[in-house]
Amino acid sequence: MPSKKNQTPVVSVPASEEPEGPPTPDPIPPVQILYCSVCSFPAEYCEFGSSLTKCKVWLKEEHPDLFDKFYSDDALTSKVGTLSLEAQAKLEKDTAKKEAKASAKADAALKKKLASQVIIKRIERNKRKHVTSVAGLEAFGIDLKKAAKQFASKFATGSSVTKNLQGLDEIVVQGDVSDEILEMIEAGAGVLKGIPADNVEIVEEKKKKGGD
Amino acid sequence: MFKKFSPSTDIAGQTPVKSSVQRAIRAAVLAQWKIEPETLEAVWPKKEGLVHVKCREHVSIYTVHGEPLIIQHFDGPYYPTLRLLHKYPYILPRVGIDRGAIRFLLAGAPMMCPGLTSKGGYLPPADDALPAGASVAIYAEGKEHAVGVGLLKLGTEEIRKINKDVGVELATYLGDDLWALKSL
Ligand SMILES: [Zn+2]
Repeated sequence: MPSKKNQTPVVSVPASEEPEGPPTPDPIPPVQILYCSVCSFPAEYCEFGSSLTKCKVWLKEEHPDLFDKFYSDDALTSKVGTLSLEAQAKLEKDTAKKEAKASAKADAALKKKLASQVIIKRIERNKRKHVTSVAGLEAFGIDLKKAAKQFASKFATGSSVTKNLQGLDEIVVQGDVSDEILEMIEAGAGVLKGIPADNVEIVEEKKKKGGD
Repeated sequence: MFKKFSPSTDIAGQTPVKSSVQRAIRAAVLAQWKIEPETLEAVWPKKEGLVHVKCREHVSIYTVHGEPLIIQHFDGPYYPTLRLLHKYPYILPRVGIDRGAIRFLLAGAPMMCPGLTSKGGYLPPADDALPAGASVAIYAEGKEHAVGVGLLKLGTEEIRKINKDVGVELATYLGDDLWALKSL
């Protein structure tokens, strides 16, 4: 089937300058599109994404009418359109493959996340002064700059993103705020969301080597 | 343009656009798209500043309130982003690809002529033929909404006649790295 022809806009104004005198016509309202909340595509394109199974569950729950429109038996036969049967079969196989790949990738990412540690380190600068470093937040998808800003305003102190000796980014906050930061992470305050408390550890770094 | 695009490495800087330049862009957009001045005003009000997001390889994104609206390569035509096109589907002339070509497009491949000339494809009739270099909305067989925005490498009549090699190059498409960026 050929696609629908270009719709002509309801109001048309010569494309030169704004019309003068007569009242300005109203703007044409935008088309509202239903975007899939799983894959972000317009819902009709979910079949080409890498999460079709999840997309279908979502659509069936949120928009059962559209689910029927896209995935009923009739819809499935008519949508094949001019594509040959083998090509359609190949497409479905590809989709399944893509989906398996994407979910394996997601699993691996999750595993990695669960294995990651956030280390809050209390570092002694001199007898009375400490700084606190926080490393490993980025593994949980946290924007370090935003987190540093959050610490700075929360503790009214200096806080910045710096590279540590291993060349990894970490946040350094002035003062001993390790317990407070742990509490913030446990509470999921601000940008510090999605970090299991079990994955956070507080360690201490003394300036001089001595017995524990 | 946006098959591989990461804001942290591919954006060189963001600068507000001078008002004289904004006027020039607005005039060019009104000339290049079939959009009414009042509709353009609604998405990009004159008193709101346009921000030029400079990217590598001469790609420009123009944003209003952080939302990408217009993209450009070198000094080529101004393209709407796909999200903007979805809101105002009539602003660009359309071509259509057949179902078999959809997954190639979604992988970022340019569109070959046969995908446009086959039974599932669509090209405007000879009376409304488009020249090479025109920007187009790319639709897909059996789908209501556009799947991409592109540039004609050949005129639509040439595409019919020659019927091989690349017919449309992609500017942006569903699922590319620009699609994921709702605001910059
Ligand atoms: Zn989906």
